[in-house]
Amino acid sequence: MEKFISHTGVGVPLRRSNVDTDQIIPAVYLKRITRTGFEDALFAAWRGDPSFVLNQDAYRAGSVLVAGPDFGTGSSREHAVWALKDYGFKVVLASRFADIFRGNSGKQGLVAGVVAQEDIELLWKILETKPGTEVTVDLEARTVHADDVTVPFQIDDYTRWRLMEGLDDIGLTLQREDEISAFEAQREAWRPRTLPAKHLPSVPVEPARPVERTA
Amino acid sequence: MAGTLAEKVWQAHLVRRGSNGEPDLLYIDLHLLHEVTSPQAFEGLRLAGRPVRRPDLTIATEDHNTPTLDIDLPIADLTSRTQIDTLRANAKEFGIRLHSLGDSDQGIVHQVGPQLGLTMPGLTVVCGDSHTSTHGAFGALAFGIGTSEVEHVLATQTLPLAPFKTMAITVNGQLPPGTTSKDIILAIIAKIGTGGGQGYVLEYRGEAIRSLSMEARMTICNMSIEAGARAGMIAPDETTFEYLKGRPHAPEGADWDAAVEYWKTLRSDDDAVFDAEVVLEAADLEPFVTWGTNPGQGLPLSASVPVPEQIADENERTAAERAIEYMGLEPGTPLREIAVDTVFIGSCTNGRIEDLRSVAKVLQGRRKAENVRVLVVPSSARVRLQAEAEGLDVIFKEFGAEWRNAGCSMCLGMNPDQLAPGERSASTSNRNFEGRQGKGGRTHLVSPLVAAATAVRGTLSSVADLDLPADVDLTTFDGSPLSPLAAPSLV
Repeated sequence: MEKFISHTGVGVPLRRSNVDTDQIIPAVYLKRITRTGFEDALFAAWRGDPSFVLNQDAYRAGSVLVAGPDFGTGSSREHAVWALKDYGFKVVLASRFADIFRGNSGKQGLVAGVVAQEDIELLWKILETKPGTEVTVDLEARTVHADDVTVPFQIDDYTRWRLMEGLDDIGLTLQREDEISAFEAQREAWRPRTLPAKHLPSVPVEPARPVERTA
Repeated sequence: MAGTLAEKVWQAHLVRRGSNGEPDLLYIDLHLLHEVTSPQAFEGLRLAGRPVRRPDLTIATEDHNTPTLDIDLPIADLTSRTQIDTLRANAKEFGIRLHSLGDSDQGIVHQVGPQLGLTMPGLTVVCGDSHTSTHGAFGALAFGIGTSEVEHVLATQTLPLAPFKTMAITVNGQLPPGTTSKDIILAIIAKIGTGGGQGYVLEYRGEAIRSLSMEARMTICNMSIEAGARAGMIAPDETTFEYLKGRPHAPEGADWDAAVEYWKTLRSDDDAVFDAEVVLEAADLEPFVTWGTNPGQGLPLSASVPVPEQIADENERTAAERAIEYMGLEPGTPLREIAVDTVFIGSCTNGRIEDLRSVAKVLQGRRKAENVRVLVVPSSARVRLQAEAEGLDVIFKEFGAEWRNAGCSMCLGMNPDQLAPGERSASTSNRNFEGRQGKGGRTHLVSPLVAAATAVRGTLSSVADLDLPADVDLTTFDGSPLSPLAAPSLV
């Protein structure tokens, strides 16, 4: 993972609350088996609307998304993070994030910074009155700077450290291999195993066929 | 020290306690996989040359992409077919048990775990799907994870996690007739909001919860995520043990006795302290329906579409305006007057045998409203087989409903079962987001009983709107009024 210390880029005001993961990327785009190439899927339902913020020239090259509260609610799809990253976003700022989305962001090097709602309103005002304004997100200092305004943001210490070091979680955990093995050695016998498989006898399942629509 | 249920399960899985802001490392007992959120995780393993650490704690099924018609034919959608084929190839390469389309153990991942007896009290259960919270109904700590975490669990059987806060949600009293556990959870979400549970594990407790069947409890825990909580839990009791006993993977003999002895300790201590508490009176509940585009935008069926001008909070008012516009509704319209095009009965929320039995009780001997499409989709192939053994499929077909094969179906727009733009549904699923059931589709979340009554009348309705015989008990879900049909057996 690339190290993230600070980033400067065009800020995009997304004046909506409860932007759920079905809005960030509709399920129909989740059929791909790759980790990249989701930029066309980002906010797919809204991209057809010429007035949508990313369809305006000043914001098209945006990389810092400033969104309303409860961003990323709903499904666990990490594709939401991939789509934001593939489009070019490095940072999302909101006053509240859904837990799974925030976790996924941290794994993928997307900074999900928690900013007080009044500061979000301030940033929206700046970005809307001066479209194309660049925003600097300093992860070390945990600040957001735009125009003549600097506001703080929150991110937990561990995620910040990992992002700044660009560290891979799995590699870190595998350093604890002996502790994992020791834990496994004392697990109780009643805990389930999927193998060897046990199940009820296999029964043929009849395919359903379409029925006549009366409508 | 006194602890909550969630804290006890957490403690029992600590491989390592984090220090200096580092998260705890938690052992994962059961990892469920499906085709959508796993391909990139397997690809990551392959690139790093890492094996799956514990294939014997891992199980996969096909559900999101799969069609519910013509399951014996090749999947028509090429990208869907590729994703399914990728799961099959990955399962083979990494030695993982997979229940494919057409297998009698195939189904929605959150039905497959419980019905095989793999989901048990006191486990940690994860899956790359936010509705993994369903398994918390057994007293397991179960939550959805992203694909990076799926890869992490495949490689290490652990997850680094910061502890959750705990919230007690107590539901006192008994549910009134015609209401179900779905109404409880919709009312909770409307009360605390879609962000109300963020950072928390919810523990549902109180008389109303204790009286619920295992499947009804699953419905509640399933939708914990819609309140923003990654996990919801219910302390195990005799209902839990009875559901589990004799299932294929349930412990046997001395292991069963040891397990039950331990499981009985899995409850929040009387003096345990929760970070937050919410109390509801079950007797106050009515059938609940959503009018908007997030699950928190719900009201009792007797209410009307909100009038945005009357909402004080600016953010909420704007959200309501947008939602009402998207939903194509008029502010102030009584919810009961809203006509639907489609009724969807199914999903990991409400596609289980008890749901189908209660729906069948309502539909028996009736015909669906004209111009309404009714889809009944069992949550697993076993549920379908069980329903057919009880003759429920005949009731559905005679009613004019389509009886389908198992899968996620119309809960999400990933397979052929979708709403057309502008089409309106009453759906027993879990999300009413814009476009969730198909681009431009409009979703009203409802209980199975409301779905059934709506299918009869064509407008959002409760069973109270039907002329049901007075002696039909719709709250017990025991299948009894369905005699002369076969008695239920284990699913």
